[in-house]
Parts: sequence; C-alpha cells; structure tokens
Amino acid sequence: MPAMVVAVGLHKYFGNFHALDEVSLEIQHGEVLCIIGPSGSGKSTLLRCINQLERIDSGAVWIDDELVGFRQEGDKLYELNDAEIARQRLSSGMVFQRFNLFAHMTVLENIIEGPVIVQKRAKSAVIPEALALLERVGLKDKQHAYPSELSGGQQQRIAIARALAMKPKLMLFDEPTSALDPELVSEVLAVMRDLANSGMTMIVVTHELGFAREVAHRVVFMDQGRIIETGPPQQVLNNPQEKRTRDFIAAVLA
Amino acid sequence: MANTQSAASIPPIKYSVAHLHHQPRRHYGRWLAATLIVLALALIINAFAHGQIAWPVVGQFLTAPAILSGLWSTILMTVCAMALGLALGVIFAIMIMSPNPVLKYVAVFYIWFFRGTPLLLQLLLWFNLALIFPTLGIPGLFEMRTVDFMTPFMATLLGLGINQGAYTAEVVRGGILSVDNGQIEAAKVIGMTRLTMLRRIILPQAMRVIIPPVGNEVISMVKLTSVASVIQYAEILRNAQTIYYANNRVMELLIVSAIWYLAVVTILSIGQHLLEKHYSKSLGRRNAKRVAPAAAEGA
Repeated sequence: MPAMVVAVGLHKYFGNFHALDEVSLEIQHGEVLCIIGPSGSGKSTLLRCINQLERIDSGAVWIDDELVGFRQEGDKLYELNDAEIARQRLSSGMVFQRFNLFAHMTVLENIIEGPVIVQKRAKSAVIPEALALLERVGLKDKQHAYPSELSGGQQQRIAIARALAMKPKLMLFDEPTSALDPELVSEVLAVMRDLANSGMTMIVVTHELGFAREVAHRVVFMDQGRIIETGPPQQVLNNPQEKRTRDFIAAVLA
Repeated sequence: MANTQSAASIPPIKYSVAHLHHQPRRHYGRWLAATLIVLALALIINAFAHGQIAWPVVGQFLTAPAILSGLWSTILMTVCAMALGLALGVIFAIMIMSPNPVLKYVAVFYIWFFRGTPLLLQLLLWFNLALIFPTLGIPGLFEMRTVDFMTPFMATLLGLGINQGAYTAEVVRGGILSVDNGQIEAAKVIGMTRLTMLRRIILPQAMRVIIPPVGNEVISMVKLTSVASVIQYAEILRNAQTIYYANNRVMELLIVSAIWYLAVVTILSIGQHLLEKHYSKSLGRRNAKRVAPAAAEGA
C-alpha cells in the first residue's frame, strides 16, 4: 500500500523568506507523526501546504496517491480550480491553534455544517453521527451552546469533532494546545490520544514533547525550513543526533 | 487541601469597616441640564401653540388620500431602492475583493463614478436618458421607447438604487474584512468553495458589522426619496407641495410630511435595533442566550 502522504522536494517562499527548503516526507497509513521545532521553522507551513492553505512554489504532494493542487500532463503541472481544490481538501481534516469554530453557529451546527452543506448528506443521517462524535469528545451536553460560551479546551475538542465529521483520511493538527490555558491542555491531548489509538493517520505540529514521546510513531525536527532529524520519539527526543535538535529540546524542557 | 491550608495561614485583618456606608455620586449637572431643556421645550411648544398654524388643517391633511398615497410611494421607493442598493452593494463588494483584476477594476470604476457625482445629477441623467438614447433594448430581440421605460418611478429607482449600491459596497467590504481570517481557513478546510463560504460563513458574520450602517442608510434613504420630487415622482413631499400650492397652507402641510417621516423613521429604528440584536446573539452575549433554551424546555 502506498503511503498516505508523500511530499517531495517542497519549497515555499513568503517574499524573500524561505519557509520550506527542500522538504520531503512520507507518512504511512495509520501513522502518528509529530513535528517539532522552533517557531518560524516551517512546521505549520508544511502542514498548510499539505491541505493547500498555502500554495507550494515547487515540489509535489500526493495524498493517498492523488496529486494535490495540480493536474499533471506530461511534465507540466496545471493548477486546479477552486472547486477541485475544495474537493481535494475533503481528504484531510484540520485543527487550528485558535480553534476557529464558526462563531455564528452552535456546536451542533458547527459539526454538521460540512457534511450537510459541502458533502450534501441528509441532515437526519448526519445529526446522530454528530452527537456520537460529541459524546466521544465528552461534550454532548454542549450541543446547543455557542463557541463564545465554551472554554478553549472545549472549543478545541469541538473543532476536532467538526473535522472528524467529514470522515477524513488523515488529520492535521496545527499546535492544537498552544493557545490553551495549561490546565486545559490535557483534555485535548486525551481526545487526540484516543484518536491515535483508533488508527487515524495524524500529523501533529506540537510543543508537547510528552505527548510526542507517548503517542507518536515518529518525530520530525524542523529548523529554518528544513527537516533536520527524523526518527522514533525515543531517539529524536531522548538521544538526538543533531546539535540543533539537542539545543531545542533542552530549551523546551528548561 | 492546599486551599484550606493557605486560608488558615492568612493573618486576620484588624480594621473594621462595618460602620462605613457607600454613597453614590450626585449628578448636579444632569439636573441642571434637564431643567434648562424642559424650559427650552416649554418655550418652543408655547411658540408653536401661539404661532399662526392652523392645527385642525394639520389633522385634516394627515390622512388625506394624496398624502397617504405619497407616503406609500415614499415607502415603496425606499424598499425598492434599498433592495437594489444592497444587492448591488454585495455584488460590487465581492467584485472589488475578487482576485480577478477585471472584476475588481469594474467595481472600482462603479464606486468612483457613482460616489463622485451628486445624486440629483444622477437622477436627472436617468430621467433624461431619452435625449441621447431614444430607444432601449437588445438589437434584434426587443426594443422600446426610452420615455415609456424611464418613468419617474424607474428613473428614481435606478438613480437612488445605483447610487446607494456604491456606498453600500464599501460598507459590505468593511463587514467582510471584519471577519476573522481563521473563520475563512476553517471554512476552506471543510471543503467549502469561495461562494459557499461567502454565503454560509462570511456574510452571516459580516452582518453584525454591516447592519448598523445599513440601518442608517435605510433611514437616510426614506428622506432621500424626497429629492425625486424634481423628476415628478409623486412621493409624500411632492404631494404636500402640490396641495399647498393650491391652498397656501405651507407650514401645515410641511408639518404633516414631517410627522409621517418621523413615524416611518421611528418604526425603522426599532426594526434596526431588533435586527442588530438578532445578529449579535451568538457572539459573546452569553446571558441573553442562556435564558432562551431553558425557557424553551420549561414550556
């Protein structure tokens, strides 16, 4: 079986800033990959290139064997249109640092919005699934609340449920606990741990080294737009080979 | 456990404040201002009561058929011109924010032209369109005389609506810009196309910012319709003028018009308030929202 995500030779510039510099990565089906690294190292950009929130300047990404963002004819890659990109985005779910729940919708409306409006599924079929997801993240009693009435941890758990409601093939997490008060981090990590145990393919950009050590199959350390080191968590986190990795881990744990 | 320990370790405070009473601040200025304003009002009312105004005439013409039909024309034009203005405003706001440079510059030109010329001039242009285009239509398909199409109603509708659209476009653009980029990214990652995102996520949230200025514009539109009297649109002020040219009761009929304008604007202001409340309910108004589901379950 081919890898879930194959990224080859990615480059991304923001003006003169080289955000991704020759990044290549493979993620297998069911693998949980944690990306760590200092801010500005390109880890979020990599995630955002995988689901086309950012347009790559060169290189190519395949998700489940489908070329992302472009149509290949010979050696030419033609950029896809808005509708085709929207359809491709359905293969991955994304969870943001700042939750980004739709502020004008209740919790339940947030979760069924994608399945009903985008996937055009019947509301009657979607609502029981949405309630089951809410049960899974432990927030069934909040289905009629608005996001502004919830704590950050609750909002993030809803955001995870909203992404799962689309039945994605893989889940992307962009620093999901970085905007949370310290006492709320564990409830979100618990939901993510549960998801990892269910066999979901996950790419997690995080500063939670404890979570990475416990849940990740593989850890990637990035710095200055490049992948510096990759390997099992025990190796990268406990016995890093590169000086930059050692310095970063020492700084995070300090 | 930690709490009880620290509570026990807080040393007792020796001061007693039980005998101190809090007194609210006195607002002498408010009382003074209120007194002055009541006096001024009394003087004005007294002046009008003794002025040469035939109040029975005001009462008589308040519900005269010509006045009521003028009132209806005013309301009808406000609704139609505002609807056209809003539709154009949304369309041109989306165009001006479009990545497509052709659409963008068409919208820029539209706003530049219709904000840059006086409304009265635009009304006269539309009304006199027949001078340069005697007939309108698509060659070969249909054709009609411009004077038959460009009635006072049509000229006013186009003049007010298209002019309004140029202003509303900027208001809508401001509303769209106010929506957090995170909301847009969240909509993208669940696979929404640009139009679906606008309809489901961006515009509903932009409403909160758009409604207050648009409410303002509806209210000013009610009064702006009176400009159309110059191209013979029979709205309330024009009908009032027609009557006072005949009976010379100038002030009485102007007062009649003023009463109706105030009545319409008052109702609209209440509507605006309710609409604003509706669109802000989900955004940080916790207490207002908390009551509703509980009340619904109790019923």
